[in-house]
Amino acid sequence: MSKGRYGEYGGQYISETLMNELLYLEEQYNHYMNDPEFIEELNTLLKEYAGRPSLLYYAKRMTEDLGGAKIYLKREDLNHTGAHKINNVLGQVLLAKKMGKTRVIAETGAGQHGVATATAAALLDMDCEVFMGEVDTKRQALNVYRMELLGAKVHSVKSGTKTLKDAVNDAFRDWIANVHDTNYVIGSTMGPHPFPMMVRDFQAVISAEARQQFLDIEGRLPTAVLACVGGGSNAMGAFYNFIDDEEVRLIGCEAGGKGVDTPYNAAALTNGKIGIFHGMKSIFNQGDYGQIAEVYSVSAGLDYPGVGPEHAYLRDTGRAEYVPINDEDAVEAFEYLSRMEGIIPAIESAHAVAHAMKIAPTMNKDDIIMICLSGRGDKDVRSIAEYRGVELNE
Amino acid sequence: MSKIANAFKNGKAFIGFFTAGDPNIEKTVEFALAMEEAGCDLIEIGIPFSDPMAEGVVIQDANVRALNQNTTTDDVFDAVKAIREKTDIPIVFLTYINPVFFYGYEEFFKKCSEVGVDGIISPDLPYEEKGEIADIARKNDVDVISLIAPTSKERIQMIAGDATGFIYVVSSLGVTGMRSEIKTDLNSILEDIRDVTDLPLAVGFGINTPQQASEIAKIADGVIVGSAIVKIIEEHGENATEPIKEYVSAMKKAANQ
Repeated sequence: MSKGRYGEYGGQYISETLMNELLYLEEQYNHYMNDPEFIEELNTLLKEYAGRPSLLYYAKRMTEDLGGAKIYLKREDLNHTGAHKINNVLGQVLLAKKMGKTRVIAETGAGQHGVATATAAALLDMDCEVFMGEVDTKRQALNVYRMELLGAKVHSVKSGTKTLKDAVNDAFRDWIANVHDTNYVIGSTMGPHPFPMMVRDFQAVISAEARQQFLDIEGRLPTAVLACVGGGSNAMGAFYNFIDDEEVRLIGCEAGGKGVDTPYNAAALTNGKIGIFHGMKSIFNQGDYGQIAEVYSVSAGLDYPGVGPEHAYLRDTGRAEYVPINDEDAVEAFEYLSRMEGIIPAIESAHAVAHAMKIAPTMNKDDIIMICLSGRGDKDVRSIAEYRGVELNE
Repeated sequence: MSKIANAFKNGKAFIGFFTAGDPNIEKTVEFALAMEEAGCDLIEIGIPFSDPMAEGVVIQDANVRALNQNTTTDDVFDAVKAIREKTDIPIVFLTYINPVFFYGYEEFFKKCSEVGVDGIISPDLPYEEKGEIADIARKNDVDVISLIAPTSKERIQMIAGDATGFIYVVSSLGVTGMRSEIKTDLNSILEDIRDVTDLPLAVGFGINTPQQASEIAKIADGVIVGSAIVKIIEEHGENATEPIKEYVSAMKKAANQ
């Protein structure tokens, strides 16, 4: 059995053409993660360019309004480019540069990972091409232009369901053809090993900071950590350094779409089955005969028919819990946080906010909830207005 | 002895691929028989998949057409069964691993053995993951065909050393599809593989013209052609039988000139 296993999940189910490159990537990753100079360079970028550490903000009005657990927001939305995606991208693009690559490619759903990759590529002087489903280029037109401004080329992917999974397919197809000079900067804790491990490690800065911030501010760890889960990178980052703290509940919030009992959702851990896809054994939404299902979410970033292998493992072992959050609840949370705290969250992150709104009132006042506010919501304003039937004039 | 060896007994082998269920499953049987009649030595049948990551646009579209016909894995087994009533030509499946995993490895390979599938090629099951199916496939006398790519280099030793049936040598980087030129130094890759194994070596990815077939056949034991045949099916649909025959016959001839 291959490396990169989380229980039975993970692995390297990928074309032979890419195998040597994956082995080389892992070797280089291990080398540079033990190189103090690389770590120093990355930490400087995270601090001076991305704006880390991110704030751990006490949401006082929200806490008082919900009348239960104390709520903190881990403000990944305040990072440069407006989401947690930059944490991973700076690591991977810097690694690609060190490896002597001249070009990076990325998939993107909502556009946040594409924007982050285009940003890091501009900063580190690399060519950048981003694959984005045609449907998503329309939902997130502003991000397409943003990537182009940053010097990236955006490919509108017209195959399959024309969303995130198809963008991943086309990114892999490009990588197979250009493996000599190109690194594929995967945006989530998914794909073949070493990607789920690398992305987790680069995102683990979220929980490393948060853990210390809670000890400094509250003198104790939170009762529960909440994060939205598509592929699962912000959630893995938010969970990782709390995994050994068994008293901390880890709760992932999946895209329940129009309901998990309808065909219109992207809740892999609720509705999916074990399978092998996109280089990994994990849990996927799939139909009869193992065809990967068309999934749906109001959020382009959670619109993925699977979940990273480590989340599947954390669920099986019972260490983390996963709940589906419907579109309507997420949109209400989007509006609620905007009004209550003056913070417009990404619609993805709003899924975690929605779950906090459900459980906080049932918890004690000395309980603490941390919500990983993975991104800012400016990109979603238009689609939420549309969801609410509000017409915006140009 | 694997039945696949028979495919390499009639001069240089021509291996033809198409996706089952395109344009419909009845035609799958007809196309396979037509290919055999035209001199094809081994038929590679694709089980349609929603996300064929290693395929170029031509075969991607064939997968879409087949799935739009609701072609299922069981339909493909039935088609092979029907083909088997008429011929004992070696048949291998080209399938992504998820449909096999979903079907259940035991059940899938038992069924392969029952209907007469001689091998399986899975583009997303590299050497490191072969253990998923190796024992079950062997038990059912189904060869797991190994792929070797231009990037395989020192991996050739371990892959070729463990291979059965034939070795699928990937001609170029990238996905499947017709290429006007193949730039890889195939000769040295084929030599490296021959140092390790006596198995027949068939080259695929990008080959579509008789001239290419003839060039490749000078150094390999067989040529594999997929996208060019699928393109004929795309253009002629239900009427593709005759054009396929003509094409296969010309390619087989070119490979043996």
